[in-house]
Amino acid sequence: MNTAVGAARGGAASAPGVAAGGVWLLALPVAAFILVFLAWPVATVLYTAFADGQGGLTTGHIEAFLSLSLMREAFGNSLIVSLGSVALATLIAVPLAYLTVRFEFRGAALVQTLGVLPLVMPPFVGAVALQLLFGRSGSVNLLLSETFGFRIPFMNGLNGVVFVEGLHYFPFILLNLVAALRNIDGAMEEAAQNLGSHGFRLFRRVVFPLAAPGFVAGAALVFVKVFDDLGTPLVLNVTNMLAPQAYLRITSVGLEDPIGYVIALVMVVFSIGALALSAQITRGRDFATLTRGGTSLRKRPLTGWSAVFAYGWVVLVLALVLSPHFGILLLSLSKVWSFSVLPEGYTLQHYAVVLTDSSRMIGNTMLYCTLAAGIDVVLGTAIAYLLLRTRLPGRQWLDWGASAALAIPGIVLAIGFLRAFRGIELPFIGGALTASWVAIMLAYAVRRLPYAVRSTVAALQQVHVSLEEAAQSLGANRRRTARRIVIPLMMGGILAGFVTSFITAAVELSATILLATSESQAPLSYGIYLYNQSIATRGPAAALGVIAVVIVALGTYLSHRLLEARAGGTKIMVDTE
Amino acid sequence: MNAGAPRKSGVDVVVDGVSLAYGANVVLRDISLDIAPGEFFALLGPSGSGKSTLLRLLAGFNRANSGQVRIGGADVAMLPPWKRDVGMVFQNYALWPHMTVAENVAFGLEERRWPRARIRERVREVLDLVSLKGFDARRPGELSGGQQQRVAIARTLAIEPSVLLLDEPLSNLDAKLRAATGLELKRLQRRLGITTLFVTHDQQEAMTIADRLAVLDQGVIQQVGTPRELYDTPVNRFVAEFVGSINIYPARIETGADSHFVVAIDGLGRARVPAPRVAGAAVTAAAGGRAIAAAFRPHAVRVVESAVADDLEFDAEVRTTEFLGEFVRHELAAGAHTVVVDLPHKRFSEALVPGMRARFAVSPAEILVLDDPPR
Repeated sequence: MNTAVGAARGGAASAPGVAAGGVWLLALPVAAFILVFLAWPVATVLYTAFADGQGGLTTGHIEAFLSLSLMREAFGNSLIVSLGSVALATLIAVPLAYLTVRFEFRGAALVQTLGVLPLVMPPFVGAVALQLLFGRSGSVNLLLSETFGFRIPFMNGLNGVVFVEGLHYFPFILLNLVAALRNIDGAMEEAAQNLGSHGFRLFRRVVFPLAAPGFVAGAALVFVKVFDDLGTPLVLNVTNMLAPQAYLRITSVGLEDPIGYVIALVMVVFSIGALALSAQITRGRDFATLTRGGTSLRKRPLTGWSAVFAYGWVVLVLALVLSPHFGILLLSLSKVWSFSVLPEGYTLQHYAVVLTDSSRMIGNTMLYCTLAAGIDVVLGTAIAYLLLRTRLPGRQWLDWGASAALAIPGIVLAIGFLRAFRGIELPFIGGALTASWVAIMLAYAVRRLPYAVRSTVAALQQVHVSLEEAAQSLGANRRRTARRIVIPLMMGGILAGFVTSFITAAVELSATILLATSESQAPLSYGIYLYNQSIATRGPAAALGVIAVVIVALGTYLSHRLLEARAGGTKIMVDTE
Repeated sequence: MNAGAPRKSGVDVVVDGVSLAYGANVVLRDISLDIAPGEFFALLGPSGSGKSTLLRLLAGFNRANSGQVRIGGADVAMLPPWKRDVGMVFQNYALWPHMTVAENVAFGLEERRWPRARIRERVREVLDLVSLKGFDARRPGELSGGQQQRVAIARTLAIEPSVLLLDEPLSNLDAKLRAATGLELKRLQRRLGITTLFVTHDQQEAMTIADRLAVLDQGVIQQVGTPRELYDTPVNRFVAEFVGSINIYPARIETGADSHFVVAIDGLGRARVPAPRVAGAAVTAAAGGRAIAAAFRPHAVRVVESAVADDLEFDAEVRTTEFLGEFVRHELAAGAHTVVVDLPHKRFSEALVPGMRARFAVSPAEILVLDDPPR
């Protein structure tokens, strides 16, 4: 019998006589938001890629795109960079995951915590620091050429993008793979050993296939993120890739240039394609074989040379992982730092500059992200409730629709906003929607909605239906039950969703960069990009970057605490006998 | 202490021809029950029999496709759960982890807009009633399983529901606590006089606690009666097998009379079974050429040296013995059949060891003849 009270259960089965009117009242605004601010702009972009301007359809723009050698080159480069980043991320993440799950490894917890650190810093911020440390005249190459007389082209052209992105996004693979490895029941492996399998064959035939879905999910995410990233190539001044080309087309040629839309089309197709492919591969292979009371893979001691190699690898990777943080901190404190291993003198002046000149940007970020994350958790909570607690026809589509934003590159959404909402005036405030901060805020809300949805749906799944039924049988109607039982019990997840949406919006650049039309309404992330445009303001840019990192780090810590508190909250519902 | 003394007398619960299906999946078929005011009534059945669905129907969480449910004479079909005045204690207790014990118990009273002082007093009363004085400020997570269950009961009793529904109330307790809690529940129910329905899959639990019970299988009520009636005269093979242990064999009615039927039991022999021990359905089935079965309980089998007239008698070899404490369970091989026999410890059991042959008898009054529909 079911003793784990915290376990989720199909809740909809117990909702007779749902007041249909109330449910529709809840569902309609949610659906409207998704349709107007996600589906419509994206559809506009895709349509424009095929529109011949006279109301008909044409493949002419696609042909034009293919005939431009720059476009073919950009497309190839984007693919190469994305695949290269996946390869680099795999190289970093797989050994880390295997070492920490498989072996008795001192500092395994440290590795896994530090392994998440890159996500705390937006990649385009890290790019600046890595340029200083690993660039042609960066610290490492200066040391190398002084002592050994050669340089390594870490940051040359596409290399730089791969280096930055791989270093930034490997945690996606690490986290997924570690979770998958941890979920393997030790008995799976012991059964194979009992039947005579060992060593590499054991890994190849049992352990790896069981963990493969986790790896594929992580790798697909890395591919999509890199394929869509606009900030890093721009900061590194690499423009012969798809995202920067789309940006340049729209900003220099204009909103009417069809090539920009074709690029957007290609980006959407590849994003959706990669995610669909990963879903296809992992479908039906969710091998969470670890059962209640089972034990995970047995850890083995590390000995001799393997220990030396393992610790050496970990130290190297950690040094690389921490280098952007270290570099950006150093840059924000340096008077002058160029053509030297370390800065030539330190100062706090950049922070003073930033806090006086750019406090407006920090304020903007706070305002936009608070509003966007607020919208997200309200919509997320509504979607979770509709999905899990009602039998509204098509409720699944709300979830899918909201989550679809994951597969839409920020630049595509921004182009869609500009195109679809052309000439629309804001009510009350006045002025064009696309020229206003409201558009930035809405783009954030759309892009970060999937995080809030996942978080709130998970939270509601944790709330056993009987907790609501108990309230109803004691006299609380649906609304009172929601207010007194459901929302309080979901609160941890709602807050965690808010924080996640907030911090990821705070470092959003791909959509921001197109939608921010004046410095007065620019958020922090745009400020960093802007300051990075000239050497003179690189110091303040780094200071802003540090501030962004601190905001994100605090938020990440907060959301972990909230999720822990929530886990504690549900734990107490498990039978204590 | 009369804190929880009945303030309203129990009401009757009538279920009249209720059916419920999810699409093609029929969960309840034409269920009719008549539960008297103040009765402690158990719904007994294996998982998937529809017993919990029926309970949730009374609470208002499921809706019947047809039929009527009347509580205290009033049709409740259109009432949402929060207007039913039916208290339900959930299998997992469903205590809200974000509220203290006192807040949990006060919830229903707050929803009823009781004044604060009265709520406080009532919370104290019911916590006293379930012997949880002084636990007000604890959180559910800080309580043992037994204590959590008592909080769940207190929370339900606080609103003085007209009917109390218990969903597998003992299943989350360990074996020792289970027996004691069952009796405690019964005492409490007696004192409050509240009509109580109680769902369980454990026949022993149902038999010890309930005044009457209904046995459900595949959404159909198989039999309603007192524990004794169900044990002594099950109406069909399912009930016979579900309530207690039983030996069942294919049988034939050879001759029928007003007072006796001569029944041939496959491989074991003949017995003159008194007419009341032959189910009506079995007579009909036999007349229609369909299969019937004869059954007797393991403890009805005796070891005999000489025959008594009318007894069913057979020779058998002892295959295994299993010491169960109060009695010893023997498995016998009688021809192609296996017979299970329970003999009291230290009376006969030492005499029988595996491999030994002996003569056994069953008094005809212990034999039941049932219809045996193909499953």
